[in-house]
Amino acid sequence: MRKSNQLRVAVYALIAVHAVMLLGGFIAPYDYAVQNREYSFVPPTRIHVIDRLGHFHIHPFIYELRYDSPEDIEEGEQVYPLRFLIWGAEYKLAGLLPGRIHLFGVDEPARIFLLGTDQYGRDQLSRLLRGGQISLLAGLMAAAMSIGIGLLFGMVAGYYGRLADEAVMRLAEVFMVLPWLYLLLAVKGFLPLNLGPTRGFLLVTLVIGLVGWARPARLIRGIVLTAKERNYVIAARGFGASDLYIFRRHILPQTMAVVLTQATLLVTTYSLSEMTLSFLGLGVNEPVPSWGNMLASLQQYHVLTSYWWMFAPAFPAILVFWGYYTVANSLQEPTQ
Amino acid sequence: MTQFRVCRFSRTRFLIVPIAASLIAVTALLAITARAQADGELLTTNAEIGRAGGGLIVAQRIEPKTLNPVMALDIPSREVIWRMMADLVHINRQSQQTEPALAKAWKISSDGRRYTLTLRRGIRFSDGHPFDADDVVFSFQVYMDAKVGSPQRDLLLPGGKPIVVHKIDPYTVEFQLPQPYGPAERLFDSIAMLPRHILETNYKEGTFPETWQLNSRPEQIVGLGPFRLKEYVPGARVVLERNPYYWKSDRAGERLPYLERITFLFVGTDDAQVMRFQAGETDTINRISPDNYSALVKSQNGKYRLNDLGPGLEYNFIFFNLNDLNQKFPQISGKQAWFRDLNFRRAVSSAIDRPGIVRLVYGGRGTPLWEPVTPGNKLWLNSAVPKPPRNLDHARDLLKNAGFSWAQDGGLLAPGGERVAFSIMVAAGNASRVAMATIIQEDLRGLGIRIDIVPLEFRVMLDRVTQTFEYEAAIMGIASGDVDLNSDVNVWLSTGSTHLWHLHEVHPATAWEAEIDRLAQEQLISTQFKERKQLFDRIQELIADNLPIICLATPNILVAAKANLGNFRPAILEPYTLWNVEEFFWR
Repeated sequence: MRKSNQLRVAVYALIAVHAVMLLGGFIAPYDYAVQNREYSFVPPTRIHVIDRLGHFHIHPFIYELRYDSPEDIEEGEQVYPLRFLIWGAEYKLAGLLPGRIHLFGVDEPARIFLLGTDQYGRDQLSRLLRGGQISLLAGLMAAAMSIGIGLLFGMVAGYYGRLADEAVMRLAEVFMVLPWLYLLLAVKGFLPLNLGPTRGFLLVTLVIGLVGWARPARLIRGIVLTAKERNYVIAARGFGASDLYIFRRHILPQTMAVVLTQATLLVTTYSLSEMTLSFLGLGVNEPVPSWGNMLASLQQYHVLTSYWWMFAPAFPAILVFWGYYTVANSLQEPTQ
Repeated sequence: MTQFRVCRFSRTRFLIVPIAASLIAVTALLAITARAQADGELLTTNAEIGRAGGGLIVAQRIEPKTLNPVMALDIPSREVIWRMMADLVHINRQSQQTEPALAKAWKISSDGRRYTLTLRRGIRFSDGHPFDADDVVFSFQVYMDAKVGSPQRDLLLPGGKPIVVHKIDPYTVEFQLPQPYGPAERLFDSIAMLPRHILETNYKEGTFPETWQLNSRPEQIVGLGPFRLKEYVPGARVVLERNPYYWKSDRAGERLPYLERITFLFVGTDDAQVMRFQAGETDTINRISPDNYSALVKSQNGKYRLNDLGPGLEYNFIFFNLNDLNQKFPQISGKQAWFRDLNFRRAVSSAIDRPGIVRLVYGGRGTPLWEPVTPGNKLWLNSAVPKPPRNLDHARDLLKNAGFSWAQDGGLLAPGGERVAFSIMVAAGNASRVAMATIIQEDLRGLGIRIDIVPLEFRVMLDRVTQTFEYEAAIMGIASGDVDLNSDVNVWLSTGSTHLWHLHEVHPATAWEAEIDRLAQEQLISTQFKERKQLFDRIQELIADNLPIICLATPNILVAAKANLGNFRPAILEPYTLWNVEEFFWR
């Protein structure tokens, strides 16, 4: 009973996080790349309902920030009410639909930074939402890629056996021992100079996905090996069914459980891979955020010790990872 | 005890006392003179008199690569080596003036081509072997030998011809220069005097460049500096011990250094250096990043002293690849038409928010730059060089005049119609230069230029800048070794080894580069400060006007030491803190 509750919470959390990330551009108040150079490392903006004179406001408001020096930024006198569905910077919803309406914001020249700002005065919340799209999409795409390749190679190896099996499985072993971090370092050295952020992202995803096909391939091969000896498969073959038909009709459904568990596990692993690479400066490049390169600023001692809001991307990441692992666990249980 | 003894003096004995006392005094005087002769002609420093004893622990980011002073190029190596070595004439890092070192005096002939140096008598290397003119002649021979390939060799070849070094007597050496030399006796600074008795065989066998590595036996590494090698533990530390033969003394006649040893710990990162210092594990910290400095200011508890020395000599800049690519990298050479266009470079310079860089990258502890000489160099700075603030309209006008236009979406189009986008290469490990690139990326977006930042490992980057030329633009920094601008002349000369934007020019590629070449040659042979200053002023103007490098900002030199470290007098010249380590003592 408790387990199923946990699963329900995990699924809801995953749906929520993905939905929020999908609507990122709409929820984010600003463009993720715009620098507000006077507001470097500003802590999260406080939303008030009671002003300094003790008056209660029905409409929540913020105080504008007053800039004196890099170390002296505080709330000024001027009050700016929080506005909803406000016109702002252009974005593309889910990467497709252009839009300019933002969920919330404040009037110029005030700024609202619900999760504070980074070194360049960029809004952390806007970056976190955009970064989430990148990190999660990288995980999903890379997982789809390596499951796809794994399925293909696993089926071929398991079903045809002999030479095909030997060749595919030895190749898989080569891929499994590849030190992918160093591989990526090496790849980085040969990249063209003008690799835009999008292509850079795709390349990272491609490398992560390509390198990881071996594990699912081996698992799927094992299942195919047992499945093809089943009587109904032999019977189908005896009736003259084509290989493609047998794959689609009898073998593929058998692999589904493993594919699903693997997928949920791989999405998290690969999201984490992308974060690791970006954290080390090998992934997505500035100014495009990812949870990894946002957390990278914590490598600097003063950021680590002085600006707690820079930890923000870690929380949705933990939530997502917990969600996927919980789902993967419960998927695995019935098969055990 | 004392009182008891006084009571025991009898009347008869009373007479003997003055005689005995004077005898003792004479003997003592003789002994002191004898000791002075045995000690040699020590240099007496003016620093506060301290107490002997104790050790100093300093953190370093990485290990030295070598302990050979002739071959060392990198700062970590030089930092350790120069605690063990000494030069003939030394530039005082604080006053920035020359002062006697191993040479107690020098004369320069009226034509500026002959230098006669008088050496201190009776001083010894750290192994006790005496030092004399033969060692000087040997040292210069090694430094100037093309086969040895010292990075400092160029400096000893004014006008391309070597200096002729003559021994006149064991304590007098004459240097014949092929032409007058502008910076004069500054020439001798940082040329380490080597022990001929140890190194001559290696030199003759041709193995000199490989001698004095980290794994050499400590007693093999012999110098004239305040300390000598004690042990090296790979990956962990280098320990130096006090050199008992050092040639400086304090005003009380005590031989320096006061400290018994220096330990250099290798800690890997700048942040680790700060953490170690904050934890009290290290005693001084040489170069703190502005962010870490702010963190230290916040946690200041009276146990340490923080010094903001103001702008140093480091200048950070962005430059474009103007090399002749000869059909290599067609993508890059296609963009060189823009890079070579002065209007384009001026537009880029005009679009850059330099005060923003100082604020965001250096937390305000820095100075924006429009020329390659920083305000830290008070003697040589040309303050007349204009410092135009960021002006996007002006930048757009410049681009318009050069035939650029804008697409519907605001993107900049080159005269040929293609979109203007280029990459900026930057050392991945250098957080402040990566931050500069990120700021410039956003600044140039305002002109419709798309920038890709390419962070690369430093050596890979250096290889691309100096060997393969596979880059479009890059951000780098140069920290001048001396205030005299001649130390940077290799950057300005079209044939210079660090003429980064266009290496190996056979002829000056542009009229202004030809003019810089002429001015740089003139200053080299002029011995008048006023004349040299005018020549360098003009060079600064030419650089600021033609922008082969677009200067960005310079960080302040920030250092710290434990509060009870005596004679700690940091300076803006390298090595910032340890330059007078022989005078350091614990209160």
